[in-house]
Amino acid sequence: MKRRFSLACASIAAAAVMAGSVSAEDAGHVSIERQSWPFAGFTGQFDKAQLQRGFQVYKEVCSACHGLKRLAFRNLVQPGGPEFPEDSVKELAATWPNQITDGPNDEGKMFERPPLLSDPIRGPYHNDQEARAAQNGALPPDLSLMAKARDVHRESSWWAHPFLMLGDIAKGYSEGGADYLHALLTGYSEPPADFKLTEGQYYNTAFPGHQISMPPPLSEGSVTYQDGTPATVENYSKDVAAFLSWAADPNLDQRKRMGWQVMLFLIVTTLLLYLGKKRIWANIKH
Amino acid sequence: MGGSTSSYMPKSRWGKWFDERLPIFRLMNDSFVVYPTPRNLNYLWTTGGILTVCLVAQILTGVVLAMHYQPSDAGAFNSIEHIRRDVNYGWLLRNMHAVGASMFFLAVFVHIFRGLYYGSYKAPREVLWILGVIIMLLMMASAFMGYTLPWGQMSFWGVTVITNLFSALDTIYNGLGTAIVEWLWGGYSVSGVTLNRFFALHYLLPFVLVGVVGLHIWALHVVGQNNPTGIDIKEPSDSVPMHPYATAKDIVGIFAFLIIFAWFVFFVPDYLGHADNYIEANPLVTPPHIVPEWYFLPFYAILRAFTSSFLGIPLGQYAKLCGVVAMFGAVVIIAFAPWLDTSRVRSAKYRPMFKWFFWAFVFTCVALGYLGSKPAEGIYVTAAQIFTLYYFVFFLVVMPVVGLIETPKRLPRSITEDVLSKGKGGGSGSGLPTGATAAPEVR
Repeated sequence: MKRRFSLACASIAAAAVMAGSVSAEDAGHVSIERQSWPFAGFTGQFDKAQLQRGFQVYKEVCSACHGLKRLAFRNLVQPGGPEFPEDSVKELAATWPNQITDGPNDEGKMFERPPLLSDPIRGPYHNDQEARAAQNGALPPDLSLMAKARDVHRESSWWAHPFLMLGDIAKGYSEGGADYLHALLTGYSEPPADFKLTEGQYYNTAFPGHQISMPPPLSEGSVTYQDGTPATVENYSKDVAAFLSWAADPNLDQRKRMGWQVMLFLIVTTLLLYLGKKRIWANIKH
Repeated sequence: MGGSTSSYMPKSRWGKWFDERLPIFRLMNDSFVVYPTPRNLNYLWTTGGILTVCLVAQILTGVVLAMHYQPSDAGAFNSIEHIRRDVNYGWLLRNMHAVGASMFFLAVFVHIFRGLYYGSYKAPREVLWILGVIIMLLMMASAFMGYTLPWGQMSFWGVTVITNLFSALDTIYNGLGTAIVEWLWGGYSVSGVTLNRFFALHYLLPFVLVGVVGLHIWALHVVGQNNPTGIDIKEPSDSVPMHPYATAKDIVGIFAFLIIFAWFVFFVPDYLGHADNYIEANPLVTPPHIVPEWYFLPFYAILRAFTSSFLGIPLGQYAKLCGVVAMFGAVVIIAFAPWLDTSRVRSAKYRPMFKWFFWAFVFTCVALGYLGSKPAEGIYVTAAQIFTLYYFVFFLVVMPVVGLIETPKRLPRSITEDVLSKGKGGGSGSGLPTGATAAPEVR
């Protein structure tokens, strides 16, 4: 019985490997490729320097239209994130172009004030209507959860499907959102000759339907990195996708670290319990 | 529960005093310590304990989550993000609860397939089996309402699609379906009102579940556990006391299961979910593909298999009604298994024909799950119709007919005989004389 079980396991593993190689060939069908991220898989953790660069890209480019309302300025200081020094974040908040509406004051009037550490990172628009009015009818979405709210659809044959799924679960793959964002930000190109592009729209290989209202946001040299990382669209895109992955999942580092401890505990305990069970049943055929 | 045959002896005077007034320790001792369990149970019999752990974990994490959750149109999505980001270990509780639902279903599906394979539904376990089906229905209702609570796009549109199914009753009596749907919604569309009532029910149903699970375990302990041979316990050597034997095995199963559970919680917490549910509910924007959670996919595939025609049979205006009836019927029909199966042999181990039909049924359920995740078009619809047909054929044709025409293998005379004959010829075993272990509880 045991032998048959291990045989089955081996054949499943073999099929999984085969399925993996097939999907790599099929990848041409889907234009979105998986990138290697420092925070990928069950071992990955965020790269602090990358998150800092990513925030810089957000601040200098994306924040012109997009908010980050589920993140407070204080989150930029906390462990597991970009970990900027508190003083610089205080200063950043005080000079943030988008003010916080507060009040009512003693005269019953609402007023605008610069954000504090505890305030959300607001975008330029007070509401969706204002955003649409300014953006020619298009709505620049809040980016706080964008890396979780997007995923990459993977095409596969029906028989390979379960093995690809098991493979992804075993690897701890959950970077579909980052892969998509990177593909989107680097996916602008001239439309094919037979593609009818609507006025004021842009062609993008990754966007569903290939027509997007957002003009290409990144161009080479538009952001100057402090740490000497080359100022390429590829780097901007990866860094900001990494930053948004953190923004959507700020506890990732802690979650995985705790996960390793829990797994170690569970595996050792299961083993001990199994040995105990064997001993208890030693004299009983079953 | 067998009070007259109880061998419980309180150890202290206080214990004796208490036992004469409320024999709860006697009950626990009789039910979970000395209770005789078949000695040949395999690891599939640990799913009962695993499911108990799942239920308790869901309730504990759920109660704490409810302390931080706001069941309102404007507050629900934000409060989930508040839990994920600002509540101490809120991300952990929330992952455990969301992944826990999936793990609960994973374990319950294995538990049900085990029952089908080893014939655990047959006399005298019919009531036990029906209680199990009721538990699954309650689980499905709880899970469905629970998935509404994050109030993301998939929550909102999932509820819209599924509650709308009841409008199919309009084809039977005009206006009936619409009335039911509006009554469920508390308005003319899914709204914060719907969310609020679903939250109330989502908090209530698990406790109903606890009650039915209590009955399930009670019924189990009246008729006794089935086992891989499907033969009843006949002699003392067929069984071992539940503690430490079955409990030692259960705890191994539970911990092995927790490894899988923890893997999802810590490393792929969103893998079983859907990206669209990280977008706040918006009644004005419909997602391109509305897909339920994975554990509903087989039933969803059955629902959608009924298009304007089913395998060439035109359905016309009754297509939707047929789909709805088939979807609910797919769960309800399981409850009739005790009377549909005509074979007197319980375990598929000794049923050479039924065994193949059983595995084809397992494959069918997995295939329907896959098809449920695909758009309802082209070859997917045809495939879903064929598998749907087999799903019902398994219960309505295979179970009655195979039981009549099949020649079962020779059954061992007793559990003990089966167990002791195992090592022979195989050359395995510990080398102990087999006769020495015939009465394990006498040590």
